[in-house]
Amino acid sequence: MSNPIVTMKNVSYAYDNKPTLKDINFEIQRGSFLGLVGPNGGGKTTLIKLLLGLHKPQNGSIQLFGTPIQKFKDWNKIGFVSQKANTFNRGFPATVSEVVSMGLTAKVGYMKFFNQSHKKQIEKAVSQVGMSDYLHENIGDLSGGQQQRIFIARALVSNPDLLILDEPTVGVDTENVQKFYELLHLLNDENGITLLLITHDTGTMTHHATDIACLNKTLHFHGNPSQYTQLSEQDLSAFYGHQLNVVSHHH
Amino acid sequence: MIGHFFEYEFLRNTFYTGLLIGLIAPLLGTFVVVRRLSLIADALSHVTLAGIAFGLLLEKKFALGLSPFYTGMGFSVMASAFVEQLRRVYKAYQELAIPIILSGGVALSVVFISVANGFNTDLYNYLFGSVSAVSRQDLWSILAITIIVLIVITLFFKELFTLSFDEEHAVVSGIHAKRIHFLFIVVTALVIAASIRIVGVLLVSALMTLPVAASIRIANGFKQTMFLSVIFGEISVIIGLVAGYYFEIPPGGTIVLTSILLLLLSILIKRIKFNRARKRAIQ
Repeated sequence: MSNPIVTMKNVSYAYDNKPTLKDINFEIQRGSFLGLVGPNGGGKTTLIKLLLGLHKPQNGSIQLFGTPIQKFKDWNKIGFVSQKANTFNRGFPATVSEVVSMGLTAKVGYMKFFNQSHKKQIEKAVSQVGMSDYLHENIGDLSGGQQQRIFIARALVSNPDLLILDEPTVGVDTENVQKFYELLHLLNDENGITLLLITHDTGTMTHHATDIACLNKTLHFHGNPSQYTQLSEQDLSAFYGHQLNVVSHHH
Repeated sequence: MIGHFFEYEFLRNTFYTGLLIGLIAPLLGTFVVVRRLSLIADALSHVTLAGIAFGLLLEKKFALGLSPFYTGMGFSVMASAFVEQLRRVYKAYQELAIPIILSGGVALSVVFISVANGFNTDLYNYLFGSVSAVSRQDLWSILAITIIVLIVITLFFKELFTLSFDEEHAVVSGIHAKRIHFLFIVVTALVIAASIRIVGVLLVSALMTLPVAASIRIANGFKQTMFLSVIFGEISVIIGLVAGYYFEIPPGGTIVLTSILLLLLSILIKRIKFNRARKRAIQ
């Protein structure tokens, strides 16, 4: 049965009169693992910014958890790991626990303080990503893969239903990428968190995602991985704008 | 040696004011440093100088009893609002706000000083600080600023911390970045105006940044960095004030030199710790 937590209808967006997204119609079903793929400049990050309310669509409508985005207030239901998360100031003096606590800042609210229950939530989120031993370490002293896990913990700490990850594996080594996908499956299968992952790595997505959406200004494809692998070379070339061969592989 | 500071009222005022500034300047300075805004303190302090010169001009030409401390504070707060506007206009070159405000502040100071045909030694005290310039009224004003700063930092600590680490994430999670940032910059302007009595216009940014630079080397986490910054700030102020008084040197110089010594010490401690850890790892 259809149970969308995100619905986009006829959404268009342009930066300074340069069309970036045109007539986007799609849904994200609760419990799914959607891989959003597409070339650079295809509008993937713009689409995420629209979903997060950072941009307003010039045309069309967006619904989050059944509520029009203009009226949506429950932003804690959405966790976000940004593309820029890995480019933070590594000299910033913050422990893992302090970084993860930032995910609760808005939820706790202005002029209120963290209590014991919040501290337990922080410890739980850090444990979910397998980093409990590093709770009091400075974030800058961790490896790239470990830092990535901490940013996921920061997104998880407010107990979101939807987790959005914008190219999270950029700059992470192969071994840690594999561990990262194992973690995503755990969150998706066992914790029931809906995932939206933006990536260039279409080959890996065919093994991990339950749905794949291809975006290049418009939505060229939205279906399951087996339907995606059956796309013809002409379809893929039309989508990417150049010759392309998909190499399907496990990490 | 410190006994004289409790014997005479003017020294007592200076000592208590110094302790308050040694608390709030590094406390707020921690956010200033991690947000890479260290030079903003310099820019605002130069505008404060313009405000002080304006106050002295009013005093000299029109015999107005308005303390230059308040005109300095007013200029500093107005400049902080202007800095925010400039940073919004030049999104890709936000650091441009600093030279614009700094040079504007110096230019205005020169104009006010020229119109007044120069001032007496008062201005020298404002430039490098003074052990004898703090009145009881100044002490009360600085105490009021300290209370405001402590309330703002306590109530908005988690928002300021989140914004300092990752502004995009803070905005996405629903924090009003503009309002919090504005509050932060206004409070920074107040702290700068308050600190000038003791350390002077030219050295005020040092008291906000040097203790933080020292603690960041050896602290674990943000709260510990803040705590150590305050300890270093207080040590610098106490040693600097006493040394300034006994050697008859403006305290701004002695406070900042003490801060630099503490900074060098923290770099040394960090290096020793690092070498020990490396030796242990090799064994």
